[in-house]
Amino acid sequence: MKKLILIFLCCSFMVFTANAQRYITKTGHIKFYSDSPLEKIEAHNRQVKAIIDVATGDFIFTVLMKSFEFPKALMQEHFNENYVESDKFPNATFLGKVTNIKDLNVAKEGTYEVTVEGKLTIHGVTRFVKEQGTFEVQSNKLNGKAKFNLFLADYGIKVPGAVTNNISKTIEITVEVALDKFN
Amino acid sequence: MINLTRKMKLKFIVLLSIFCLSAVFEVRSQDLIGLLEQGEKPVTDYTSATFKTTRIVIGQSIEIPHQGDLLFLITHHFGALNSGYENLYGLKQATIRLGLEYGLTKWFGFGVGLNTYKNTWDGFVKAKILRQSTGAKKMPVTLDLFANTAIYTTKWENPDRPNYFTSRMTYTFELMVARKFGNALSLQVTGSMVHKNLVPTAADKNNIFTVGGGGRVKVSERVSINAEYYHLFADQVKSTKAYDSFSLGVDIETGGHIFQIFLTNSSGEIEQYFLTETAGKWSNGEIFLGFNISRIFTVYTPKHRSQ
Repeated sequence: MKKLILIFLCCSFMVFTANAQRYITKTGHIKFYSDSPLEKIEAHNRQVKAIIDVATGDFIFTVLMKSFEFPKALMQEHFNENYVESDKFPNATFLGKVTNIKDLNVAKEGTYEVTVEGKLTIHGVTRFVKEQGTFEVQSNKLNGKAKFNLFLADYGIKVPGAVTNNISKTIEITVEVALDKFN
Repeated sequence: MINLTRKMKLKFIVLLSIFCLSAVFEVRSQDLIGLLEQGEKPVTDYTSATFKTTRIVIGQSIEIPHQGDLLFLITHHFGALNSGYENLYGLKQATIRLGLEYGLTKWFGFGVGLNTYKNTWDGFVKAKILRQSTGAKKMPVTLDLFANTAIYTTKWENPDRPNYFTSRMTYTFELMVARKFGNALSLQVTGSMVHKNLVPTAADKNNIFTVGGGGRVKVSERVSINAEYYHLFADQVKSTKAYDSFSLGVDIETGGHIFQIFLTNSSGEIEQYFLTETAGKWSNGEIFLGFNISRIFTVYTPKHRSQ
């Protein structure tokens, strides 16, 4: 019994100490792209915050919704006011892990395929997601890239009948984060 | 503990371990989030879309077009609803204003318009002096200043006497204070002074003061109900009968257009006319059906629009 407790204590101690390897950014880029018959809408957020702990695989994003910039001011206003309701839900977050973090060798430059899974919260709705991406290792840098689709309806975002030809039900999300080693 | 069997103890330990481990994970992500937020300066969050467009119903709202946006506004008031079948209840007559407005900066806009009411040309400027905000800078209200000049170009009423071009000119100055109370409700108070270079009789005042305001209640994301009222203080307009202006409307927003459909007792479309020359009276059925259509064109996109 004592042995068990000892093992447990050791484990938790290891978890606490093995966190020196962190990479962080506050200027990550997320592109939002809606392709519909009448209109193609693209918006960019270049103030995406992300952090990864390469020892544990923990990977976190926070995205301030009001930082998305649209080509038309009115689109931006409608995005914040009517669709994602930024006053009520100012941030989108992702709390998850790189499941195959062991395959990532930060000491060796190169491109690594990774699987990321966890809880994605947009518009106050949390869903479990699993997506593929890549990490490119450079000296003291990790460049993460991923591209995936979101269904607006999954996150309780309604598109009214009048604009169904202007806004796609599926949004393509492109994530590009250049993470710097954090000491 | 003494009474616990070995099995129960084991169970307890396992449960405790799971609990601790999940707590550890929580602490870890909290820790990481903490690092993300480190050194963040509080930002100012400016309130947007207090009203859907630059008019509450017929009067100015505190909104100006977004920087780089050109707004084409068609304002249309039909004739009086009580004018009978021969006039198709007002549908046969109309006063119209065609206007253009432009957002030069995020706090300054200007516009021009052509009115069929007395063949009037008008031009205006509007500036946001204070912007409602939360966060680093806190401001409870938005405050705007507005000034316009209008020139009516109909024939002189008394061509026999000396008439000056300046006699055609009238001006409005307004101070507007508005607050967006959450997503659903916005209210505005407007104080106005209309100056007329020429008034019909000596008893009429050249400077005419009104106070009023309006608001909107959102009934869905894209539809709101708006109302507006302006009180004309007594003993300023003597030679003609002028009533307080009251308008009630619905805003419908569809992408780049905003439709406003309303009932009003004013037939003029600009401030000097509906504040001081409202001849209709709601209780007499002198009500005009009207609509505004705004269409927004993006002329240029500023580099950094957020805030």
